[in-house]
Amino acid sequence: MLLQSDSSGLGIWGVGVAIAGGALRGSIPYMFVSLGECLTEKSGKINLGMEGVLLMGAMTAFAVSDLTGSPWLGVLAAAMVGLLLGGLHAWLTQQPAVNDVAAGIAMIVFGSGLAFFFGKRFVAPMAPQLPLVNLGGWSNTPAVQSALRISPLFFIGIGAGFFLHWVFKQTRWGRQIRAAGDDPQAARALGISVNTVRFVAIMAGGALAAVGGAHLTLYFPGIWSEGISGGQGLMAVALVIFAKWSPRRCLAAALLFGGAQALGPSLQSLGINGFYYIFNASPYLLTLAVMLATCSPNRSLAGMPGALGRK
Amino acid sequence: MKRAESVLVPLGAMLAGLLVFGVFCALLGVNPLGVYASLYKAGFGSWYSWQNTLVRASPLLLCGLCTSLPARAGIIVIGNEGAVVLGGMGAIAIGLSTTTLAPWLSLTMMVAAAMVCGGLWIAASVALQHYRGVSAVISGLLLNYLAIALMSQLIEGPMRDPSSLNNPATYPLPGDHRLPYFAGTHVHYGLIFGVIACLLAWFLVERTTFGFAMKISGGNLRAARLAGLPVGRLVVIAGFLGGAAAGIAGMVEVSAVHGRANEALNAGYGYVGILVAFLSRQNPLVVVVVSLLVGGLLASGGMLQRAHDLPDSTISVLQGILFLFILLSETVYGRLRLLKASPDAATV
Repeated sequence: MLLQSDSSGLGIWGVGVAIAGGALRGSIPYMFVSLGECLTEKSGKINLGMEGVLLMGAMTAFAVSDLTGSPWLGVLAAAMVGLLLGGLHAWLTQQPAVNDVAAGIAMIVFGSGLAFFFGKRFVAPMAPQLPLVNLGGWSNTPAVQSALRISPLFFIGIGAGFFLHWVFKQTRWGRQIRAAGDDPQAARALGISVNTVRFVAIMAGGALAAVGGAHLTLYFPGIWSEGISGGQGLMAVALVIFAKWSPRRCLAAALLFGGAQALGPSLQSLGINGFYYIFNASPYLLTLAVMLATCSPNRSLAGMPGALGRK
Repeated sequence: MKRAESVLVPLGAMLAGLLVFGVFCALLGVNPLGVYASLYKAGFGSWYSWQNTLVRASPLLLCGLCTSLPARAGIIVIGNEGAVVLGGMGAIAIGLSTTTLAPWLSLTMMVAAAMVCGGLWIAASVALQHYRGVSAVISGLLLNYLAIALMSQLIEGPMRDPSSLNNPATYPLPGDHRLPYFAGTHVHYGLIFGVIACLLAWFLVERTTFGFAMKISGGNLRAARLAGLPVGRLVVIAGFLGGAAAGIAGMVEVSAVHGRANEALNAGYGYVGILVAFLSRQNPLVVVVVSLLVGGLLASGGMLQRAHDLPDSTISVLQGILFLFILLSETVYGRLRLLKASPDAATV
């Protein structure tokens, strides 16, 4: 990857720098998807189909950036597609007898099918990428410099996390979303239209997740491929449980997962190739470990919306 | 009436899905009638295309069971792909180390190894949900990625045939240790495995006390516990059996189709198996019919590309649309009953 050649000179420290850089870089999709999922679940619905949204976001951003030459238009278009897919999921799960989990699986199949279909037509070597923010000017070490060349979406993601925290805690909107998620009947009695609140929350959540997908194709190496999301949409669902449904903790968890993702490539840059594929699978192992540590069959989980997944 | 409904509703959902898919094609400027004709021709139009369909249907039969058996016990399993991959890897490991034995013995041991690998993989994911509360949907997908990583590690490392340069693979099985084909066709014996597995699964679910107990735990967990059923053991065994079926699918791909294990093991049959299970509403006998239909769809990918210049992922779009309509059809079941002047409709 990006750091392969220039971190080798730093020896074992190179791995640390590479993982830190990877955390700043690789955390971005996790950040957006987990924030989107957090918003969705706060309203009382689960969207397991984020993997499909992520892929559609990635493909759309790539295609629009390639066609118009403007990566920011690509991000915007991805967000629009995320809104639509979120709307479809919201509509599906509000039908009687349709359960959230099955709808999520259907949305993964549908979203990835559409993304692969339209993606085939945009086989360009590289689409215009987002301009990077350079924070590494103070250092003479190329490895540190390249680790601190950060996508602007990173800052937007951090901002979105704190913004969502503020919305949930301080605004009428946030209280309505939490009421719909914790106790829909009480919310209805208060005159809140639970279905509308959930619709909006799920759509906005889809838009956030799709922006995470846009990062996948609008950042180095800036290509579209069918395996590009690698299960990150799904891991984000686990990440929200780990973060106890708090947007700020989602940000921290996303950094952790981004770092885990960089483990394989940075060990490879040190010449440790023996278990390349196994090291590359470390985010999946980490997710399983996190789920094992936080889930329990009996008690409900800390911070979980009371009516999550129920009609 | 209920039986008619259970045939009509999925059929209606499939037709509606195909209709919307036709609109999708028309929007792209492709004549939908031509696409339908190609789908039919490539899947079922001739004996040759029937053979293609059957080759694809055999792993689907087994992968469909991987979701539908545990579903009857109340757990949604979607780790099918991982079970296929590991089943295939287990089978090739045993197959390559038993080349000195008689072929039938070696093949039997391969099937057993595939069943153990796939079965334990899915049983683990089911046990995680039942005993630890970790959703089997999430753990299943994570385990898929882990299984694929494990496969890549094995075929590029310890199990690699050094002569496979661009497409890393294991050593090939000797010719007489491969699963045979029906004479004069390119359909392999894996089809028999699939059909027998579906029949056995149906018998298990509908005609045995084990199946009955399984359905009770799937229908009402609390009632099953009150009745003193060993719910944990039931769901884990259901998961093991489903995973074992998917493992056999991997063994069949390795020993009949490819003759060795390579990345082609991860061909997506596991994921399509989920669609098959949902389309057949988790009924093992219906899995047989649905696998044929979906196998035909998979077989027509190439034809769509040649005849209409549509990418082969067009079939994935169709699968996605079908999945959405199958879900929507769940709501129809209730509503159809309302239409049939039921006695309690008057009391509302």
